[in-house]
Amino acid sequence: MVETSNLSYTYDDGTALAFPDIRLTPGEHMLVIGPSGVGKTTLLYLMAGLLPALKGSVTIDGTALNTLSRKEVDKFRGKHIGIIFQQYHFIKSLNVSDNLRLRQSFPKNTIDGKRRHELAQRLGLVEHLGKKVNALSQGQQQRLGIALGLIHKPKIILADEPTSNLDDGNCTKVLDLLKEEAEICQSSLLIITHDQRVKSHFKNQVVL
Amino acid sequence: MKLGYLAFRNMVSKPLNLLLSLLLLLLSVSLVTFVLQLSQQLGGQLSKNIAPFDMVVGAKGSPLQLVLSAVLHIDAPTGNIKLEEVTTLQKHPFVQTAIPVSYGDNYKGFRILGTEYGYLDRYNAELSEGILYNSPFEVVAGSNVAQRLGIKVGDSFISSHGLAAGSSETHDEHPFIVKGILKPTGAVVDQLLITSLESIWKAHDHGEVDSHDTDDTNQEEHLEEDGHHRENERHEEDEDEHHGEHEHHEDTLETSHHEHDTEKEITALLVKFKSPLGMIQLPRFINENTSMQAALPGFEIQRLMGLLGSGVQTINGIALAILLVSVLSIFISLLKTIRERKQELALLRTYGLRTGQLFGLALLEGLFLAFIGFALGWLLGRLGVWGVSKYMQASYGYALNVKGPELFELFLLGLILILAILATLLASRSIFRLNVAKTLSDA
Repeated sequence: MVETSNLSYTYDDGTALAFPDIRLTPGEHMLVIGPSGVGKTTLLYLMAGLLPALKGSVTIDGTALNTLSRKEVDKFRGKHIGIIFQQYHFIKSLNVSDNLRLRQSFPKNTIDGKRRHELAQRLGLVEHLGKKVNALSQGQQQRLGIALGLIHKPKIILADEPTSNLDDGNCTKVLDLLKEEAEICQSSLLIITHDQRVKSHFKNQVVL
Repeated sequence: MKLGYLAFRNMVSKPLNLLLSLLLLLLSVSLVTFVLQLSQQLGGQLSKNIAPFDMVVGAKGSPLQLVLSAVLHIDAPTGNIKLEEVTTLQKHPFVQTAIPVSYGDNYKGFRILGTEYGYLDRYNAELSEGILYNSPFEVVAGSNVAQRLGIKVGDSFISSHGLAAGSSETHDEHPFIVKGILKPTGAVVDQLLITSLESIWKAHDHGEVDSHDTDDTNQEEHLEEDGHHRENERHEEDEDEHHGEHEHHEDTLETSHHEHDTEKEITALLVKFKSPLGMIQLPRFINENTSMQAALPGFEIQRLMGLLGSGVQTINGIALAILLVSVLSIFISLLKTIRERKQELALLRTYGLRTGQLFGLALLEGLFLAFIGFALGWLLGRLGVWGVSKYMQASYGYALNVKGPELFELFLLGLILILAILATLLASRSIFRLNVAKTLSDA
């Protein structure tokens, strides 16, 4: 169960943002839509504990993030939150397989080769596991980014514009995959996007 | 996956940076350890070899050359002196032992030294097999000579004239017979073939008989020859009387010197003083009042090492400068990679790594580099010692040990690790100020 209440954030320049309350049961999906610059990514970072909420609270599986210390938030995030970034980030010195392995290693060692292989298979990355991440195509990199957000079976998957670089066919494929994975792992799925194509795939929508 | 693995992958992901930092570190470490080993071992070897004697008396010339040739056996002798001239010295109250040495021949580059048993005693040389030399042309071989040439007790060989191998002039009338092999002493004895003084005199006698038979102009040589012939006869009588008894035999050799002192020549006399007064009075007396010179090995070697020492210090200074540059290069390369990897570090934070763990990652990378650089540098330094040792053994018969890590080198490792930690600390300050959310959005 993921809940936010009265969440708001004030930027350094004084611009204040208030977010509607969000409530997600395990396995439930939600789409947050809005044009650029309304603070969609800020909401995601607040929910991931990457930005401290000045007002309001985020509760994941009964744990309120604002009651944890900085170190505890890091650890909690590592364990229970999966983030799929708009700009994908990888460790460039590691190959695809090691990037996935690294995600499984912290903060608790849950290295699971079978899980890695299965996920890579579903995302069409199996034959690329030994490659350097820089050798992957855009689409492959995006799929690796998705895999990194899912591999550790998080309580909540936070996806920031996961379809922005994909064509229509792949867009549908990726969204189906996200939904399917969330289903399998009983994870809540929150997708933030301004991509109009995504709208039709989700019933549960919040507009910022 | 361990942080160490990631740190390692990060390190090797920039091979050119890595190469530069490693090379600099390697160069400085190998230079310091190599030069230090060399000077220490040379100094150690030299002082071990000169320790048994306080003074060398030989023909006039360079005192350093006299010491190098008569004690260390790495240079040509200054000339010969008359045995007669040193007999008074041998009995001097300040003198504990005075051992004549005579040389000038070699077998396959190893010097044949004519001397008394006392020489072996001064170096605590003991037999590992066989017996000591008894009659002329019997030798005992130093352990290294025996090992290098594969000499066994009972072997015989023909010496050649001069001190370097490959001389065409051989003394084939008088083959030497190996009677015994010495245990390793770690001193110059290991590199020598040791025989009686008589062997050397006789070997040269015979070489000259033919050429000088009809030459009357050289009175001295004739006298010498006569002396030798008489001595030979006497010696053979002695042999029958004291067969195999070393003590007695040594006495006989001594007596025979005294009887024919007027003609005998030796290369040098090695003296150990009984009283420190000898050190003060005798060298001066000899240098001022005789045709011989006295040199003090301790003093000469100290002078030599002093000269080497300033060279060693210069090289150490250069090595230290390179070390500092290498640490600077590690610092710069870490600083650069930490900046470049800012986003990766932010990503690792989203994976749940704490700031401290990110810092640990940078530290591991710095320490890996420092340690590998040190280890490779150390190995290269030892390889250098090994190479020099091979060369020195081939040309001077001196070998160096390729030793394990020394205390100083562990200090050096500690110093390098501390410098690497400091460099990492300075380079990775930005980790503690990392704004994860901003860094990830700024891509």
